[in-house]
Amino acid sequence: MKWLKAALATFLAVLVVYGLNRNYGTEVPALGPFLSPYEGFWLNSERNGDFTSEELTIEGLRQPVQIRFDSLRVPHIFAQNDHDLYLAQGYVTAKDRLWQMEFMTHAAAGRLSEIIGDQTLALDQYQRRMGMMKSAKESLQKFSSDPASKALLDAYAAGVNAYIKQLSPREYPLEYKLLKYAPEAWTPLKTALLLKRLAYDMTGFSDDLRMTNNLRKYGNSVMQDLFPDYPFREEPIIPVGTPQSFKPLPIPATPAEFVAGLASHTLERQKPENLGSNNWAVTGTRTANGYPLLASDPHLNLTLPSIWHAVQLHAPGVNVYGVIIPGAPGVGIGFNEHIAWGMTNVGSDVLDWYEVKFKDASRREYWHDNQWKPIKRVLEEIKIKGKASKIDTVLYTHHGPVAYLPNEEPYRKATTPIGHALRWTAHDTQNELMALHSVNRATNYHAFKKALTTWAAPAFNFVYADSQNIAIISNGLFPNKWKGQGQYLLDGSNPTHDWQGWIPMDHVPQVMNPARGFVSSANQSPVSPKDYPYYLGSSFAGYERGARINQRLSAMTKAVPDSFKLLQMDNFNVHAQNVLPTLLAQLDTKAFTSAQRQAYQALSTWKYQYVAEAVAPSVFEEWWQALSRNTWRDEFPVENFKVPARDRTVQMLLQEPNAQWFDNIETPQKETMQDVIQVSFTQAVDSLTKDYGTVNDQWQWGHHKNSSIGHMARLPGFGTKLFAGGSANSINALNGSHGPSWRMVVEMGPEVKAYGVYPGGQSGNPGSKFYDNLVEDWRLGKLHELLFLTFAEDRKEQTNVVWVMKGKK
Amino acid sequence: MLFVLILILSLIAQLFLPWWSVAVVCFALAFWKAHRGGQAFTAGFLGVGLTWLGAALFWQVVSDGILSARVAEMFTVESPWVLLAVTVMLGGLVGGVSAVSGFFVRRALV
Repeated sequence: MKWLKAALATFLAVLVVYGLNRNYGTEVPALGPFLSPYEGFWLNSERNGDFTSEELTIEGLRQPVQIRFDSLRVPHIFAQNDHDLYLAQGYVTAKDRLWQMEFMTHAAAGRLSEIIGDQTLALDQYQRRMGMMKSAKESLQKFSSDPASKALLDAYAAGVNAYIKQLSPREYPLEYKLLKYAPEAWTPLKTALLLKRLAYDMTGFSDDLRMTNNLRKYGNSVMQDLFPDYPFREEPIIPVGTPQSFKPLPIPATPAEFVAGLASHTLERQKPENLGSNNWAVTGTRTANGYPLLASDPHLNLTLPSIWHAVQLHAPGVNVYGVIIPGAPGVGIGFNEHIAWGMTNVGSDVLDWYEVKFKDASRREYWHDNQWKPIKRVLEEIKIKGKASKIDTVLYTHHGPVAYLPNEEPYRKATTPIGHALRWTAHDTQNELMALHSVNRATNYHAFKKALTTWAAPAFNFVYADSQNIAIISNGLFPNKWKGQGQYLLDGSNPTHDWQGWIPMDHVPQVMNPARGFVSSANQSPVSPKDYPYYLGSSFAGYERGARINQRLSAMTKAVPDSFKLLQMDNFNVHAQNVLPTLLAQLDTKAFTSAQRQAYQALSTWKYQYVAEAVAPSVFEEWWQALSRNTWRDEFPVENFKVPARDRTVQMLLQEPNAQWFDNIETPQKETMQDVIQVSFTQAVDSLTKDYGTVNDQWQWGHHKNSSIGHMARLPGFGTKLFAGGSANSINALNGSHGPSWRMVVEMGPEVKAYGVYPGGQSGNPGSKFYDNLVEDWRLGKLHELLFLTFAEDRKEQTNVVWVMKGKK
Repeated sequence: MLFVLILILSLIAQLFLPWWSVAVVCFALAFWKAHRGGQAFTAGFLGVGLTWLGAALFWQVVSDGILSARVAEMFTVESPWVLLAVTVMLGGLVGGVSAVSGFFVRRALV
C-alpha cells in the first residue's frame, strides 16, 4: 500500500511536469516554461527605463561604433568603415526584430514545417515548387561574385550572429518561447530569400489561366473588347507625349498561335486589383522653399511586428536615413544629404506559365523547338518538426520549374496550374543589394540611375528628387515581349513563345523634370503605348489614385511638407465620383423602404470622402460590389474566369447602357442596366441591415470595413484594431489590413528635412511600448520629423540612449 | 519550516535552472522534512505558488501589463489577472504534487 501510494504520487508528479513541458500542436504552447515567470513570456515584458546606454563588446568589429537612439528608438549608427556599419546594422536590427527576420526567411524558403510541424508541409512544398529556394541560392551566388556585396552581406550576418550568440534562452523573443524553438545562425542566403519574398509579394501572381478560359469561351473579339490592352481612362506615370530618346530594339513577332493548346486545370494566384502604393515629387518652382519635395507611401499587407525598420547609417562616404525590411542591409526607401527616393510596384507582366509536353510518364524529357530536351531534377529536403524529412523532386525545363504535375493536387487548388512551367523574373539573378548600396550613396540623378541598372526584381517605379531635379523611372528587368505575350497560358514547346530578350535598362519608362512640374505614380500604366514601343503588360492598377494625386499636385504652387502630409491622408475616391451620379439617377425611389431612403440620402449628399464616420462609403462599396457581381457573375464565374476590370465596367455604365452583359443569362427575362443597378442597391442595403440592423453607427465606414493590423504569424491578441478612413481607390489606401506601410515626406535643399510614420514601432517585442507606439499617430495622419544627424554628437539632447560598441581584442 | 525551505530554495533554483527544477526541490525537501501528505502538498503549493505570484505580479506591475493583456487575449481568458491566477495555480500544482510524492516515497522507504 505504501509503495502503491508512492508510485502513484510520483507518477502523477512526473505526468504534471511532463504534460506542462510539451506543446500541443500550434494551439497550446508548453505551459510550464511559457507561463513560468522565471523563464517564460513574463520576462519579455519591457519596463520604462529598461533601454539604457551601454558599452558592448562585439566580435568582428574593427573600430568603435556609436549608435545613438532617438525618442522613437530609431538607431543612428556612426561607424568608421562600411564593414562596421553593416555589422552594427545587423546587430541592432536583430535586437529589435530577430524572430520576424527569421520567420520571414523560413516562410520564403519553405521551411515552416521545421518549426511548426506537418500542418505547413503543403505550403513549404509550394514555396519550393515555385523555385524560391533554388533561385535564392542562385541570387546569393550572384551577390557573392561581387566582393563589395559579399563583404556587405557577410558583415551584416556577422552582426546578427553576434547578437544571437549572446542571447540566453530566457531572453529569446516571445514567439520562440511560444513555438519552443531556438534561433539559428543568420546566413547571407537568408537575405537573398527576403528579396525573393519581396518579388513574390509584388509579382507572384497572374491571371493567365482565367484569361485563357475566357478566351476559349468567348473568342478573341469579345476579349479585345472586355480586356483592352490599355484602359478606357488613364493618366500614365510618364506624361502622355513625353518623347523617348532611345532607338528601340526590334519587338519579337507575334506568333499565329498566341495561346497554349489546352488548359484543363486549376487556377493561379489571382492578380489583386488593389495592390498599390503612391509616390510623387514636385519641382522647386512649386514649393515654398524653392527646392523639390518628395513623398512616398508603399502599400502592403500591414502586420506587426512592423514591415519596416527605420535606421540612419553614417560612415565615410555615406549618410543615409530611411526604412528597410529587417534582414537586409542598407536603406530601402529614404534619403541622404543629396537625394531622396521612394518606390511603388510596377505591376508589369513578369510571370508566365508554359504548358509542358512530357515525352512519357517518367517525365525525363519534354518537347521544345521540335526536339526532346532533358528535364533537370532538383531535390528539395523539407524538414518536419517531430517527423522524418520529406524529399521532394522539382522538375525544371529551360522555362523554369514545373510547379505541379498533371496528376498532382496543388497547394490551394484554386491558385496554381498543373502541368505548366513557370517563367518569372524572380528567377533571374541580378545584384539588387549593390543597387541599394549605390543608391544609398548616390549624390545625383546620373549616379542614381546607374545604381538601378543592377535592380532586376521586383520592378519598381522609383521616384527621385535632389535639390534641383525630380524624376521617375519604372525600373526593373522586363522581358521584351510580343504584344499580348503572356496574357494567356503559353505553349512551352513553341520557341516563339519563349521570352526572347530584355528591354535594355536605359530603355525603361522614365522622365526627368517634366513640363508639368511634378512626377507621380500610383501603380497605373507606366506609359501610354503611343509613346513607348515595348509591351509591359495590359493589367495595371486603375488610374483613380494617380488621377487624384495629379489633380492635387497640379493645383499646388507653394507646397510645404504639410501639403504632402495632407495629400497622403486624402480619402477622396475618384471612382465613386465617376459613377455615383449615374447610379443614383437610375434608381427608382418611389417604393423605397425607410432604410433604402436613408441610404439614398446619405449617398446623395456625399462628397466621395471615405471618412471613418460616414455611412455613405459603406453603402457605395456594397452597392458597387453587388453591381459588379450581378453584371458579370453569370458570364464570368470567378471560380474559373477572369472578371473584366473595374475600368471596363465603368465604361459600360457611362457609355454602353445597352451592353448585353447587363442581362442575367440565368433568368428568362432580359435585365437592363437599370434593373441591375436597382437590384444591387436593394441587395446592398439588405446586406448592411442584416449585419447591423436599421441604419445606425455600425453602418459607419470605419466599422464596416473592419480594418486591423494582425500579427505576422496570426497570433490572436498580438495585433491591433483600427477605426479608420480611406479606401483601395483613395490616396489613403487603407483597405482591410492592406494600406500605407510607411509615409515619408522629404524636403530637399541645403539642409534636407524629412518626416515619416509607420503603423507599428521599432521593436518587434509585443511586450514593449515600442511595438505599436506609432499606430495611433499613423491612423491620425501625424508625421514625425526624422532626426537626420550630420555627425554623432549633432543634437545630442535628442538622442539620450547611446551604445558604444567595441571589437573583441 | 518546510514551506519556508521550499520558498527559498525553489526561488534560488529557478533563477538559474529550468522551470521544472522546482519539482526536484519540492520532492527532495518533502522527502527530508514532511510529516504528512497534506502538509507536504500545502507547503509545496504555497511555496512555489508564492514564488510565481511574486515574480508574475512584479512583471505585471512594472510593465503596466502590456504583454500579459496580449497573452491573455491569445489564450482567450478574460483579463491579465485571470492569466496571473492561472500562472500561480500551475506553479503551485507542480510544487504540491512533487512535494506529496517526495513525502510518500520516503514513507515507502522508511
